[in-house]
Amino acid sequence: MGELLKRYGGTLTGAFILLTGFWLLMLIILPNLALFETSFRPYLPVVDMGGPLDTYSVNNYAKFFESPGPMSIFGLELSIPLRAQTFINTVFYSIIVTVVAFVFSYPIAFYLAKVVRPKSVPTLILLLFIPLWVSEALRAFAWYIILTLNGPLNAVLVGMGVLEKAVRWQQGVLTNYDAIVIGLVYNYILFMLFPIYNAMTSLDSNQIEAAQDLGAPAWKTHLRIVLPHSKPGIASGSVMVFMLAAGSLLVPTTLGSTRSNWFTQTIQQAMLESQDWNTGAAYSFLYLLLCTVVVFGVMRLFKVRLSDIAR
Amino acid sequence: MMTDKMRKVLYHLYMGSFLFYLLVPLVIMSGAAFNNNKTPSVYPWKGFSWQWFIELWNDGTMWTSFGNTIWVALAVVALAVPLGTAGAILINSVTGMTRSVLYFFMVAPILAPGAVIGISTILFWNKLSVPVGLHLSVLGQVSYIAAFVMLLVLARLQSFDQNLEEAALDLGATHNQVLRRILLPHLYPAIGAGAAIAFFQSIENFNVTLFTRGTQNTLTVYVFSKVRSGITPSINALAFMLIALTLIAALVYELRRRRQAALEAAREEEGRRASDAEIA
Repeated sequence: MGELLKRYGGTLTGAFILLTGFWLLMLIILPNLALFETSFRPYLPVVDMGGPLDTYSVNNYAKFFESPGPMSIFGLELSIPLRAQTFINTVFYSIIVTVVAFVFSYPIAFYLAKVVRPKSVPTLILLLFIPLWVSEALRAFAWYIILTLNGPLNAVLVGMGVLEKAVRWQQGVLTNYDAIVIGLVYNYILFMLFPIYNAMTSLDSNQIEAAQDLGAPAWKTHLRIVLPHSKPGIASGSVMVFMLAAGSLLVPTTLGSTRSNWFTQTIQQAMLESQDWNTGAAYSFLYLLLCTVVVFGVMRLFKVRLSDIAR
Repeated sequence: MMTDKMRKVLYHLYMGSFLFYLLVPLVIMSGAAFNNNKTPSVYPWKGFSWQWFIELWNDGTMWTSFGNTIWVALAVVALAVPLGTAGAILINSVTGMTRSVLYFFMVAPILAPGAVIGISTILFWNKLSVPVGLHLSVLGQVSYIAAFVMLLVLARLQSFDQNLEEAALDLGATHNQVLRRILLPHLYPAIGAGAAIAFFQSIENFNVTLFTRGTQNTLTVYVFSKVRSGITPSINALAFMLIALTLIAALVYELRRRRQAALEAAREEEGRRASDAEIA
């Protein structure tokens, strides 16, 4: 801090502190405190605000645990509150999306880092980037077209004889969330691919060759050398994809049906449809808590730091 | 046992199908823009038509949303760049616990769900009696986009030689001159990249904007509301133009990169020949 004063003087140092302070306080810390505070207050008409009814309670959070319904988890028939069901489904399918994205992008990352001629890498990366430049709303919409009942996917599958007749992907075939998972993987797979690729480029190819020379089969080379080395990239990609998937509102609304609810939709209904900002705040806070748990959990699991993830 | 050659062929095939998977949805979406069919689809094909482009051109809401998107993005750049740069300079000058805490608060919003950022923004400004609208979308977006600028500038600061500043001060430069003539010029590449990322992140943004926008539209929100409320292929026409623009930009970039690579290779060759001649 003294360094700053010496180099830039009082006025400029003050400006740096003021700007950073505005960012952290007015845009990050105070809004989150407002969220926290609002979530404990009741939803009241304007005249009653600040009146005797305006007291702190956990009623908004209690709504999360209302109206139980049947749900089966790994074959167990349980009675779980509807909103909690949505919450569980969102987390579960976001994990599926993350795993699928990892499985499909890992070979590509390895291909780009170690297999293909280094000369073609920039061209390939440019090609991979093209979908990223097209907005998320449109990427989701593209799958909406592909998956509709009379759409090209059904036409091709029926034409090839894979399916007997067209299916309603958006209603779900295997699970209620098929179309959402397909859309989320397509939208976010590159956020998994690039961190893993970045981590792999720093791996010395001699290590792979040494393993092969010593007779290690390919799967063992990956398991013992490539995978451990790409760990920071995998952690970073997984956190990114999980957060993006769980936080997505566009994809579940565009590709989902009435049978598939995403937790962001629950929040949106409270905020924008019922205009009940207090309940919306409570749900948002629960969501923030979940995200924090996931990020720190993954960081612990992979033994990486926040600065490794945010790059 | 698989030979190396077979494995390589498999890898090439996989890469090819991966690109196919990434790009075909965009092709299908573009194709539907030209199909003379009321619902957006490429199948069945009912004949070629420009009508959806004309409909898009005449759509006033689309143009307003487009204008709003650009304004919001420019405002986000104007705020996020100074905030992120100041944050990076500040965090670079502190160590230990203070640094970790500052870093945490700056970077955490990148990982927070956009919906939560949007909601906390309107709740906070509502307490200060600021109504919802695109100005709050700007503030909400800046809260996490400034972090991207901060990370880029911070990385650039690592390669900065602080002796330069000391030398300037010793030679009698004022504090303002040190900042303007020495530090900022070194940071310009990072600031430029940060501004570009901020601009595109803002254009892309949906989650924060949806909750903070009030009744105003940006392009992503407009597309979203169209998809929900009965859609016509004019959205595909919009998509086609965006994709075409992306492709042209990518092509220009690729050609320039190749030409540069070729130039460098030629120069290297030249250098090698020159040194060979010297030895001989």
